[in-house]
Amino acid sequence: MALEQDQVLAIAELCRLQISDAEVAEYQKNLSNILDLVDQLAAVDTSDVAPMAHPLDAVQRLRADQVTETNQREHFQKIAPATENGHYLVPRVIE
Amino acid sequence: MEWEVVIGLEIHAQLATKSKIFSGASTEFGADANTQACAIDLGLPGVLPVFNEEALRMAVKFGLAIDAEIGKRSVFDRKNYFYPDLPKGYQTTQLHHPIVGKGYIDIELDNGETKRINVTRAHLEEDAGKSVHEGFGAMSGIDLNRAGTPLVEIVSEPEMRSAKEAAAYFRKMHSIVTYLGICDGDLSQGSMRCDCNVSLRPKGQAEFGTRTEIKNVNSFRNVERAIESEIQRQMDILEDGGRIIQETRLYDADKNETRGMRSKEVANDYRYFPCPDLLPVIIDDDYIDAVRATLPELPDAKRKRFVEVHGLSSVDAGVLSANRELAAYFETVAETVNDYKLAANWVQGDVSATLNRLEISIAELAVSAEQLGRILQLIKDNTLNNGGAKEVFNALAEGKGDGSVACIDSLVDSMGLKQVSDTGAIEAIVAEVLAANAKLVEGYLATPEDKRAKAIGPFIGLVRKAAKGVNPQVVMDVLQKKLNELG
Amino acid sequence: MHNKTIAQIARELAAGEYSSVEITQALLSRIEQLDPVYNSFITVTPEQALAQAKAADELRAAGQAGIWTGVPMAHKDIFCTNGVLTTCGSRMLGNFVAPYDATVVSNFNAAGAVCLGKTNLDEFAMGSSNESSFYGAVKNPWDLERVPGGSSGGSAAAVAARLVPGATATDTGGSIRQPAALCGITGIKPTYGRVSRWGMIAYASSLDQGGVMTRTSEDAAMMLNVMAGFDPKDSTCVDRAVPDYTATLNDSIEGLTIGLPKEYFSADLDPAMAQQVRAAVAEFEKMGAKVKEISLPNTHLAIPVYYVIAPSECSANLSRMDGVRFGHRVADPKDINDLYKRSRSEGFGAEVKRRIMVGTYALSAGFYDAYYLKAQQVRRLIKNDFVEAFKEVDVIMGPVTPTPAFRAGEKTSDPVSMYLEDIFTIALNLAGLPGMSIPCGTVNNLPVGLQLIGNYFEEGRLLNLGHKFQQATDWHQQAPAGLV
Repeated sequence: MALEQDQVLAIAELCRLQISDAEVAEYQKNLSNILDLVDQLAAVDTSDVAPMAHPLDAVQRLRADQVTETNQREHFQKIAPATENGHYLVPRVIE
Repeated sequence: MEWEVVIGLEIHAQLATKSKIFSGASTEFGADANTQACAIDLGLPGVLPVFNEEALRMAVKFGLAIDAEIGKRSVFDRKNYFYPDLPKGYQTTQLHHPIVGKGYIDIELDNGETKRINVTRAHLEEDAGKSVHEGFGAMSGIDLNRAGTPLVEIVSEPEMRSAKEAAAYFRKMHSIVTYLGICDGDLSQGSMRCDCNVSLRPKGQAEFGTRTEIKNVNSFRNVERAIESEIQRQMDILEDGGRIIQETRLYDADKNETRGMRSKEVANDYRYFPCPDLLPVIIDDDYIDAVRATLPELPDAKRKRFVEVHGLSSVDAGVLSANRELAAYFETVAETVNDYKLAANWVQGDVSATLNRLEISIAELAVSAEQLGRILQLIKDNTLNNGGAKEVFNALAEGKGDGSVACIDSLVDSMGLKQVSDTGAIEAIVAEVLAANAKLVEGYLATPEDKRAKAIGPFIGLVRKAAKGVNPQVVMDVLQKKLNELG
Repeated sequence: MHNKTIAQIARELAAGEYSSVEITQALLSRIEQLDPVYNSFITVTPEQALAQAKAADELRAAGQAGIWTGVPMAHKDIFCTNGVLTTCGSRMLGNFVAPYDATVVSNFNAAGAVCLGKTNLDEFAMGSSNESSFYGAVKNPWDLERVPGGSSGGSAAAVAARLVPGATATDTGGSIRQPAALCGITGIKPTYGRVSRWGMIAYASSLDQGGVMTRTSEDAAMMLNVMAGFDPKDSTCVDRAVPDYTATLNDSIEGLTIGLPKEYFSADLDPAMAQQVRAAVAEFEKMGAKVKEISLPNTHLAIPVYYVIAPSECSANLSRMDGVRFGHRVADPKDINDLYKRSRSEGFGAEVKRRIMVGTYALSAGFYDAYYLKAQQVRRLIKNDFVEAFKEVDVIMGPVTPTPAFRAGEKTSDPVSMYLEDIFTIALNLAGLPGMSIPCGTVNNLPVGLQLIGNYFEEGRLLNLGHKFQQATDWHQQAPAGLV
């Protein structure tokens, strides 16, 4: 399945990647090739097959409702790009 | 044209767990920014979620309370979008297999009728953090303390037909979740928030009109006002022949208007898929039955009992059952004095008035239910008259006494409120009053027999003025006797 | 000193033949001297390593040493190490000093192991040649012109070049077995859920599994003894007792049935490789095993399924790399979207971006059923192939790769040709089964790997078979020509 240029740009927008005009054609080609590869699946009859999300048919385990974590703000914010007064900073978000 | 309003609500209720839905960080409100955001809440590389059993139990409890189908196999999905308060770039929620399926609640309308509103579903999900826009110059500050707080999102069918109904529905949900103890219900802290979907259609038309969604309304009053203003806005547009744009709007309570949100309008494609870090949540009948056994009496049942067993009016029963704490207070008073109607009058009268005047909640009232119960006992056994009881109550509300039940009796004594029922003492007072008001007595005696019952009023006032705490019934009896003796 | 296995080092440390500080120092010097050629490490941690070694020696002096006390090893740079740079091969995490330890790392620390550093990998474990690392390609010690395989190419090359006796690794579609095969060493990917994923930076959560790379099956058993086990921090980790994998290494294999899937000996496989693999199987027959041809009819669908599921999961897993709380952040962002887009575009390499885009597309409205749901259904068919096969056989064997190590740059311009490299390994990840690669010969002086596939939680059996083979042959002892 071949992707159109604007489809490539729409996908990039959804996953917040910036793609230069020069790169679009390359992505178009590569993504289309990958989609051709996976298009083989369409021919498989899966009418009675339950989808499988996990390799083992296991069940979610539950955690006791206990506070086990302590404040590690200093430790975690040492690796943050920008913080002030304990907050992470981002360009102003307008609502 | 005549328009029909169509409203559906999505209510987010924070579950009152100690720790977060997928991490062991505290959910307590009001901590310093990011001091309750652990590695999992921050979405650091390599972290993994583990589901909180209490969040599950609370969601099931809610489902049972609204008579809903419980999802024996529920699945967490990832809802993908980028926003700075969403650390992982996806919200863990439940799309196809929610924990709670179809259920319903009944709301009471102004005309006294009840209306059933169906609940489409309720699912578990994690809350996002908060963006702070003031105090960071050209930047916003992100606080992720709230990120990962467990929520149930309760989705109604679009079955409400007025802003009043929507507010009643929100109130009723608030009442249910606080009764269940699964949400603290504190609207000011955002413990319950509501998204309102509003549309209009010409009366009689089957298909829905284009709807708008008012995000994050957080008080009963604002739900009503926001929807009212949105209905008006849509009606103005439609009446002018315009079209409604499907969009997300915010309600500005100061201006009492809704406005379109700019930031969330980029066409979103949430790309839901099952979260591969979490497994299907499986519960069985035994689990569900065990949760069912912990359900408290809910507001509707309580209200019914108040009417049917204790003879309260439907309206009184509704008011007294709506709030869990108020209902508990009322019932303690009623049981202590063994008179539901007397207790109902007091709780809706003096108690409510005092709460309003002092702007406090029932939990903050200085008069305990046991104390009020004792005061009412004293009315019943004629130790206090109504006026005296009010005085004691007000004194307690202002901080007098030591909080004990015993202090009531000593307050009654020290304030001299004990009612005089001794006929001899009252006869003496009446005699004095009659002697001092000869003209009034003349006038009374000139009054025809059938109008004397009314003419006796001024004497009663005079007697009570002369002596506080006299039993009004005894005064009446003595007055009638003495006056009749005179003529 | 560098030719010693983990088992040997453990014995000799216990016998007091040398100290942990001595062997640690020797290997650190070797890394310093040789790794500029191989580029198998992203970060070497001499100070921490020597401190750990010193502590280990003190523990031993106090009579409190365990088997692993003072034994050197390395971690793939996908495992978070508290206080140590953890890049995942990406510019995005070029400044990410992990603030916590992965469970695997804690386990080795608790056992007393000495970590020499963090090994190179394809960026976010996406690749089969270790050419997508932001920190440079890794060279195959057998031929510096060739790739070591990926994504655990750094761990593989470091072990093959005798820079370290064993290293942790991860396998999402073959990332342990393929580089082990291309570098002539032993590698095992356990059953999904056997090893905790806490602190292992996620590529595709339902496929990722931690494992080990060593020179011998015995060493792999020793490493797995430390790594495997239940972890309450990972919902997908299995709560099941871990056997002592070294205890069953010498078990008899008499009467065992080996299945050879006919699809694994198809036209895709280099005939010279096929010959080596069959010769290795014959070795097991000599030991009393029986051989049976089997069919795994959906083998050809494994790659298409994988290239829907892995990109879909990774597209969400990598969304947290947004330049807000950690990691690469662009200078002077105009607004929040500019911050996201430029930080991510600068931080991620081409292959990562491609997979994020493919996954985003596969999950998007209107395509979910045709791609993601369909892939999940076919995934079950692939698993069922194995479930059926294991009703007839005890273990499955076949090649690991269609060809020996290919030349660097040969497949970089055509992603799909690179993907096809994993044709024999990827199905196991979809099914969640354990798989192992052991050296079983050479073609043109390049190593060939034999793949052993076990039923769920049969790691012990695979390690047993690997050990028996390595007792009978010496392929695992062959070192790259010219290795000093």
